[in-house]
Amino acid sequence: MIEIIENKETGRVTNEMRIEFAAISDNESFARMAIAAFITPLNPTVEELSDVKTAVSEAVTNAVIHGYENKGSLEDKVRMNCRLFGDVLEVEITDQGVGISDIKQAMEPLYTSKPELERSGMGFAFMEAFMDNLEVQSEPDIGTSVKMYKKIGSSSWIDSEE
Amino acid sequence: MEDFKLIDNYLMIRLPDEIDHHKSVNISAKADRYILSKKVGNVVFDFERTTFMDSSGIGIILGRYKKISCFGGKVYAINADNRIRRILLMSGLQNIVEIVNP
Repeated sequence: MIEIIENKETGRVTNEMRIEFAAISDNESFARMAIAAFITPLNPTVEELSDVKTAVSEAVTNAVIHGYENKGSLEDKVRMNCRLFGDVLEVEITDQGVGISDIKQAMEPLYTSKPELERSGMGFAFMEAFMDNLEVQSEPDIGTSVKMYKKIGSSSWIDSEE
Repeated sequence: MEDFKLIDNYLMIRLPDEIDHHKSVNISAKADRYILSKKVGNVVFDFERTTFMDSSGIGIILGRYKKISCFGGKVYAINADNRIRRILLMSGLQNIVEIVNP
């Protein structure tokens, strides 16, 4: 995936979108709808659309409840930057919240720092499973950035077959 | 909107179209009110209307399981499509939830 983006030929940005929204839980569904609309021109399969929406939902929920500790303040903002490199989607969800001190532990399936909130601890595992690539960067008290990649339109093999 | 119905000792929860963290808080709170006040033994999650679920749905199911399993209660998932089923299996929920085939 990264090779496609770093390649001069295939790594050309073909579309871009940036949005910033308040870190409140109502915006989890907004973020899903926005990403779905953004990739619609690529003719994603139902499965792909669902995968991307789930991964974005997990990342935004993490920003809202962990990054900004579920405060629901309109002052706190989540950023979603999306780029297309042909049929490869790059989506980056960034918060300026509390950050993660131990990323490795946070990414372990079933680990949750907030068991009292009934979190399943599956957020990062789902992002990893549903996207082709996942990069997490975080700094305590500075914030967290989750970058994910996915190739959209897996039906393209039919064309290349001919 | 989700809705709740009591049939004998079973709490039937018809889940909404989309289950995320935003919606899950409400569903869990309402379900717990039934479980505590009506002495519900078992919980049935009905996914018939559900087209989207993230890991928050897993939290709802696990949370309710913890509340009723110590009294011998069981948790069921019905009408789950392939997508929902995959998410349940990925989280290992088949060990505690009976996933009923439609």
